[in-house]
Amino acid sequence: MADIKKFMYVNRKAPYGTIYAWESLEVVLIGAAFDQDVSLAFIDDGVFQLVKDQDTAAAGFKNFSPTYAALGDYDITKVYVEKESLEARGLSLEDLQHLVWEDEDEDYAEKDSIRLVSRAELAKVMADQDVLFNF
Amino acid sequence: MSMLHVVNKSPYERDSLATCAGYCQGGDTVLLIEDGVYAAIAAGKAAANLQGLTVAALGPDLKARGIGEDKLISGVKIVDYTGFVDLVANTDRVQSWL
Repeated sequence: MADIKKFMYVNRKAPYGTIYAWESLEVVLIGAAFDQDVSLAFIDDGVFQLVKDQDTAAAGFKNFSPTYAALGDYDITKVYVEKESLEARGLSLEDLQHLVWEDEDEDYAEKDSIRLVSRAELAKVMADQDVLFNF
Repeated sequence: MSMLHVVNKSPYERDSLATCAGYCQGGDTVLLIEDGVYAAIAAGKAAANLQGLTVAALGPDLKARGIGEDKLISGVKIVDYTGFVDLVANTDRVQSWL
């Protein structure tokens, strides 16, 4: 098999004001078919993408937030959320969707996908990537 | 292992430069292009974001916006399109902050 590269998708936009968040999710899901080492980062307004209980029915557009819960099924198990961005927006981990993945090496035990990290910690993770896609 | 951070939005309209600066590690370079070049004006508030960083700016975009070299923070490396390519070629990875 070809070399596995580390791909990180960096999300910095709120979900509905622009098309970036939805486009990012589409690219992530397409990219997941290529068996690379994929991780997602949510910083700045990007943290709003993961807020739970989004309901777009009254607004009249598509709610794509349930799709984040499917990431685990695509073997995307590393979802980094920047602590500073979350706190600056008055949010905490409890306000976000509970994203999990099933570890087949441990009898399909459910494990948390979201990793709450500081900006400094995330900067180190970024420095270790091969390719970065910003949305 | 170094990263080239490309910023193309005005720091007075978007937070991309401020966040990018927060993610810069030693050895990294910030390249300002398009409206991103406004950050390099020394007398501007946004120039503070660039303190301590290695900064390059795209000359044609500075010229297009009427920003003379005398207006820039000291130490900015002004590059042409070939220099842009060299920066990309000589770094381990590139991150374009949208």
